[in-house]
Amino acid sequence: MDPAQVAETLKHGAVPTAWYLALSAVLFVIGVAGFILRRNIITVFMCIELMLNAVNLSFIAFAHEHKQVAGHLFTFFVMVVAAAEAAVGLAIILTVFRNRSTLNIDEIESLKN
Amino acid sequence: MDPLFFLLFAFIAVACGVNVVLQKHPISSALSLVAVMASLAVLYLLQGAEFIAMAQMIVYAGAIMVLFIFVIMLLNAGPEETKGRSWAALIFGVPAIIGLMGALAYFMQTGMPELGSVKFGDWKGGGAYEVGYALFTEYLLPFEVTSVLILIAIVGAIVLARKEID
Repeated sequence: MDPAQVAETLKHGAVPTAWYLALSAVLFVIGVAGFILRRNIITVFMCIELMLNAVNLSFIAFAHEHKQVAGHLFTFFVMVVAAAEAAVGLAIILTVFRNRSTLNIDEIESLKN
Repeated sequence: MDPLFFLLFAFIAVACGVNVVLQKHPISSALSLVAVMASLAVLYLLQGAEFIAMAQMIVYAGAIMVLFIFVIMLLNAGPEETKGRSWAALIFGVPAIIGLMGALAYFMQTGMPELGSVKFGDWKGGGAYEVGYALFTEYLLPFEVTSVLILIAIVGAIVLARKEID
């Protein structure tokens, strides 16, 4: 969108859909950064949730753009899968901690070499 | 009024998202993530997704994050150690991340010039009735498959987390 169009949109009290997509991109990259930077396995897992949320935001933005409810349903399914993933993932983290007494992903390296 | 709300909650979401990455202690990261999810729920509401906004608050900010915080407290996870980090990664990595962020946001802005705009209340297709109707007619099969997925996840979590019985 060119700036004149954006100014016209804002004057009518509306927000360009592209802004929502840009916010979604920024949140996704923050999630990727955390996924790469952090060493605590729980925090890494939370960054994955952040990425899922960022993608959900663009699903909702496109659902509004096309005036279709399908985007909402995809978001709903992503939420359900995230819930299942959290349950299994946290159980895996519990098992790893029980066996190795550490949450640092640099020390969990039995598949290395 | 809409741009004001958008900017406020977008700012909260991005600030708390950065906080998730920067905090040393996992519990601080988890609480920041709750704030990100709550502000995203407001943004969903601004786009007319009433049902999904409520589901976001209840399922994500409620159930999933409680699970996270429960595990953090159960494992007594302390602040993570920062020693052994390479400086080269910091010097090249942070500008690379900011560059990627800027490039993605820029292409999202300019790549699709035919995109419209969002005004609160201009589309009322995201209520519980519409979502539920679509869920139980057109998307019935994925919905039922989801329930099987949840069942598998429950069984998997129990098998993984139980104590070994000799």
